[in-house]
Amino acid sequence: MKNNPEFIINGILSGDRAVLARGITIVENSLYGAEEIISKIEEKTGHAFILGITGPPGAGKSTFTSSFVTELRKQNLKIGIIAVDPSSPFTGGAVLGDRIRMRVHTKDENVFMRSLGSRGALGGLSLKTSRIVSLMDAFGMDVIIVETVGVGQSETEISKTADMTAVILAPGFGDDIQALKAGILEIADIFIVNKSDLAGADKLELELKQTLKLNYTDTSIPVIKCCSTRDDDFANIYSEIKKRVDYFKQEKILDERRLNRKRRDIYDLIKSEIERITEEKITKLGGIDSILNMTDGKVYLTEELKNLIKM
Amino acid sequence: MSIEDIKQQQEKWENSVQKTLEKHPERKTFEEKRLYTPTDIENLDYIEDIGFPGEYPYTRGVQPTMYRGRLWTMRQYAGFATAEESNKRYKYLLEQGQTGLSCAFDLPTQIGYDSDDPISEGEVGKVGVAIDSLRDMEILFDGIDLSKVSTSMTINAPASVLLAMYIAVAEKQGNPSTSLSGTIQNDILKEYAARGTYIFPPKPSMRLITDIFAYCSKNVPLWNTISISGYHIREAGSTASQEIAFTIADGIAYVKAAIKAGLDVDTFAGRLSFFWNAHNNVLEEVGKFRAARRIWARIMKEKFNAKSSKSMKLRFHTQTAGSMLTAQQPDNNIVRVTLQTVAAVLGGTQSLHTNSRDEALALPTEESVRTALRTQQIVAYESGLADVIDPLAGSYYVEAITDKIEKEALEYIDKIEKMGGAVEAIEAGYIQKEIQDSAYKWQKEVENNDRIIVGVNKFQIEEPPVKNLLRIDASAGELQKEKLAKLRAERDNEAVKISLEELRSACSDENVNLMPVILKCVKTYATLGEICRVMRDVFGEYEPHTNI
Amino acid sequence: MKKIKVIVAKPGLDGHDRGAKVIARALRDAGFEVIYTGIRQTPEDIAIIAQEEDADVIAMSLLSGAHNTLFPKVVELLKEKGLGDRLVVGGGVIPESDIPFLKEKGVKAIFTPGSKTEELINFIKENVKCDEE
Repeated sequence: MKNNPEFIINGILSGDRAVLARGITIVENSLYGAEEIISKIEEKTGHAFILGITGPPGAGKSTFTSSFVTELRKQNLKIGIIAVDPSSPFTGGAVLGDRIRMRVHTKDENVFMRSLGSRGALGGLSLKTSRIVSLMDAFGMDVIIVETVGVGQSETEISKTADMTAVILAPGFGDDIQALKAGILEIADIFIVNKSDLAGADKLELELKQTLKLNYTDTSIPVIKCCSTRDDDFANIYSEIKKRVDYFKQEKILDERRLNRKRRDIYDLIKSEIERITEEKITKLGGIDSILNMTDGKVYLTEELKNLIKM
Repeated sequence: MSIEDIKQQQEKWENSVQKTLEKHPERKTFEEKRLYTPTDIENLDYIEDIGFPGEYPYTRGVQPTMYRGRLWTMRQYAGFATAEESNKRYKYLLEQGQTGLSCAFDLPTQIGYDSDDPISEGEVGKVGVAIDSLRDMEILFDGIDLSKVSTSMTINAPASVLLAMYIAVAEKQGNPSTSLSGTIQNDILKEYAARGTYIFPPKPSMRLITDIFAYCSKNVPLWNTISISGYHIREAGSTASQEIAFTIADGIAYVKAAIKAGLDVDTFAGRLSFFWNAHNNVLEEVGKFRAARRIWARIMKEKFNAKSSKSMKLRFHTQTAGSMLTAQQPDNNIVRVTLQTVAAVLGGTQSLHTNSRDEALALPTEESVRTALRTQQIVAYESGLADVIDPLAGSYYVEAITDKIEKEALEYIDKIEKMGGAVEAIEAGYIQKEIQDSAYKWQKEVENNDRIIVGVNKFQIEEPPVKNLLRIDASAGELQKEKLAKLRAERDNEAVKISLEELRSACSDENVNLMPVILKCVKTYATLGEICRVMRDVFGEYEPHTNI
Repeated sequence: MKKIKVIVAKPGLDGHDRGAKVIARALRDAGFEVIYTGIRQTPEDIAIIAQEEDADVIAMSLLSGAHNTLFPKVVELLKEKGLGDRLVVGGGVIPESDIPFLKEKGVKAIFTPGSKTEELINFIKENVKCDEE
């Protein structure tokens, strides 16, 4: 397939799924043309609502997402899904298994799913996610779901790409809320207590509400119970989320979030550009070992080194 | 001589071995200990832990005379393309001295789809016989008196439907259901965990199973209503201990479900049977079979308060390990199967299927199936292994490994019970993950040449492609489609509709036993796919769990 | 540099996913990004997934004997979607005599029982161009 930016931009704007897929690859891997594509596509974004879905492993995120997408499809909305799974820190490889639970949507032309490996902290994951969101937005998605495993910093970080984040919890996974990873509770705009048919769901709901009362100024954060196999639950979740969206709009929270996303993206962009320049510089200076030679194996900024960097 | 004396002597001996080791280090093996002595079984209580054949805890076997009375049932799993062809193969096998039938169904049948369903494309008749309706079942058993053979059917999610068809064929032959004997696999939990031919979610699946238990206890009393299977768990890569642990955990879940459905344990537990894998490590396997019997007996007695000895006896079918067959130098597989047969016989199996030499390449030819059957017959009649009961009992090693496997399995069973039981452990992906970890470890061992597979990673040769493989006639799909079109044109479609509507409402009412309703459906020649469609509508479909 | 993305798919109805899962793990450990589809995928599903994920490699495992029908179908659908340049490989219980037919239909390599995962890994590394920057 052609990689030239113009072809990709036109393809995405005209709703060509194959081209969207290729465009995502270009952006994800920072291949040639990525910046140009983004620059041209920015102005076509802003329509989609971006929902982050996260939670600890085993809480049933993918099943929840799949059932929720079914509900959104009943509303005739076009859906983009970005499912992020952790990459191995040792090999950089990853098994991205979220599609298995999404199989009912595979053939639906109004659902487009993409799996993403987190590729470690240096991969600039949140910026990449944000840009993939932009491509899907320009493609014409109404709702874009960013699903991540709530296990580490980078996963929590990308949830900030979203306009709103739902945290999915289930009874029996870390029976104590205090045991949950720091950060995961703070990012929630809405809590879902999944697997409500299991014993312990009521207890979890109660504990969550108490925690919210004690620690948060925003007491309007809803806690909703749900069982992924019950359709009615999802109609309810949809209307609860909709209410929350209206509230976000009314209180200008949504605008603030989007501005924050831009702030963070430009920060990340500069950072990754500087990182790239750093790498280039080091190569120019003959590699890290020859720089160490210049400083006699000591780690400090000699005048000579300072001058070389400026050059 | 006391145990203390032996310990002292053994220590001396170990010290002297150290000197030998300095000069001649040992080979790398998967067995830590080099020697077993009375010290390894000093805590064993003969009466409590081993006992006598046919007596609790059945470590030595479930019958008092074992093979001295009657040899195990030699039962070759077979089923080809169409009912017509399979019928021919069954008659051939019965003529060759086989003593029971074993039906393999194709995948669309196992997953409840008709042959003309688009999803069945390419799969019809591939791994077994395609059964779309009672008409196919009538052809399958044409000329075979069902009161005279015992038939094992490898069918799980739609087991009720196939059993109903079997009962209907027998009735047409003039044989009442009370005269029928055989087995349906009917073990849905291992489908979720390892084999993959599930349809419905766990809850309705468990109901279908307990409905069969209840129905058969009254109407088909000689039928083995479930074959709780470790075979596929092992094939998926588990260890020997995991095989029996996860399977017995499944067994516990079925017993609990049946008791919860209001059945008395002794009315159904005697008809539960198990299905194990026979792997290459002969003595480990023997230990596994013995440990499984002991664990099950104790669980049934102590946990479920079974009173009848039948409820405590773990009776089992065995199949030799398909995953151990190699595509390279296929004749070597005959030797592997012989070792596996020896393990199954020394482990006290009630029936046995031996795999054929060419099964890593394709479905077996008639000739290679015969060799596989002959392997059993040679072990039975020529080896002497069947002439004395549980001959390995008392071996320091065999008793110690029986204990070790029992201990490892019990740890798993305990852990699974703490998670809420097998259903919960499967839904959390725990059992699947444990199996996958073992499978990956095995693969790495083979690839690193730590584990030698003859002909695969050592002793390879250049060999020409194997000839004379069985080709499945690709026309089976077309033939089934034609038969279905004819059936749909000829049958009383109104009667079909009424019976399916009755099924639909019965599915929604948990107090109705579905077996009689399904029996009614199959008698109207409603197809398997139509019946399962109704159940899919009401019950929904299972969403797999996949952690890798 | 671009990461190699591999779809590990199980077309057809057989549930024997031991091989597919072992392969998925081995490919991950070799540094690839692997998308595992789960069992019972239709050729259409596999082609759609390959398209959405813009995969470099489609690796299929099948043990039911339906390979002669299903593997070529996947290749055909990939071509229809403009993904004719992707590397398609297969594995499972596949008789030697079927291999020429499958290769003619566009399956680039067949890995039969006893193959090492390393063979597949090397084959992918040799046959996927990932010099795009």
